[in-house]
Amino acid sequence: MREAVEKKVLSENDRLAAALREKFRERGILCVNLISSPGSGKTTLLERTLASLPRGNAVAVLTGDIQTDNDAQRLVRYGFPVRQITTGGTCHLDARMIERGLTELGFNGPGLLFIENVGNLVCPASYDLGEAAKIVLLSVAEGEDKPLKYPGIFHRASLMVLTKTDLLPHVDFKPAVARENARRVHPDVEILELSCRTGAGLDSWLAWLDAMQRKFQAETAAAAR
Amino acid sequence: MHEIGIASEILEAVAAEARRRPEAVISAVGVKIGELSNIDRDALDFAFTALTRDTPLQDLRLEIEWCPRRQSCPRCGESFAAENYAFTCPACGEERTNCIGGNELDIAYWEVEEPCAKP
Repeated sequence: MREAVEKKVLSENDRLAAALREKFRERGILCVNLISSPGSGKTTLLERTLASLPRGNAVAVLTGDIQTDNDAQRLVRYGFPVRQITTGGTCHLDARMIERGLTELGFNGPGLLFIENVGNLVCPASYDLGEAAKIVLLSVAEGEDKPLKYPGIFHRASLMVLTKTDLLPHVDFKPAVARENARRVHPDVEILELSCRTGAGLDSWLAWLDAMQRKFQAETAAAAR
Repeated sequence: MHEIGIASEILEAVAAEARRRPEAVISAVGVKIGELSNIDRDALDFAFTALTRDTPLQDLRLEIEWCPRRQSCPRCGESFAAENYAFTCPACGEERTNCIGGNELDIAYWEVEEPCAKP
């Protein structure tokens, strides 16, 4: 006899993620989840971001990798709390790892929490981490057709950041085509272009983060009333 | 790529149900997998078979329903399966349509055989 179930396969992760989202809201923590292929420049973008934020700001980073704490070592130099999550083979971060990492980090907010996911355009898209926004990075050293090949993440990301634009004179990557492909998958996706090497476009990225924080604060204040 | 993890979650749900109802035999589990869920059907099948082999669940069948991306038209209300990123409404030509399906990663049903009640 067939019995209807209607249960999410990842319901346990979704339950933990919902609890995290509620915790972030209560504590006034804007959490963003950075996702890209390996080598698109997630850690470098975070380094440039941390370097441009005043030390007094409440900012923390959870960074995920399959092995090594190389990224945490790079990021901890900027004076903000950083915690490496080493997944030991798992190709994505899940909500339980974030819950544990947040406790170890001792970050109570309010402020900004960056999650740097494991380099992978596939699996991280399926796991809700309680974040306010997923951000997908695509470097101009990759192909313009990545949004069409990996629609899951480009569909779920609020923002696409084209990185390493200083390489444009040396590669065949056409930003207009990448933008068009991203909009085919996700018509409302926001798009920024930047180079961490030259600093071009970093101001728009920081402005985007600032606008997100203001919007988040306004929403949490409204919900508290 | 994470199909092993997904298969484990499905099996955990079935095992929990089996513990809850020790008298019943769950013979199949049906899942809905959306095009945007990043799941490879063959890899999921493979993972499921590998994880159930030589376990009490080795006879459990996995039935996969593949769900294409679906769009809904805000102008005329038409809903349609969108193939190859063609999101324009086939009924009225509206270009801005909304995604309403394709994210599925759901356990839809199980097939349960209850032992016959004794006369």
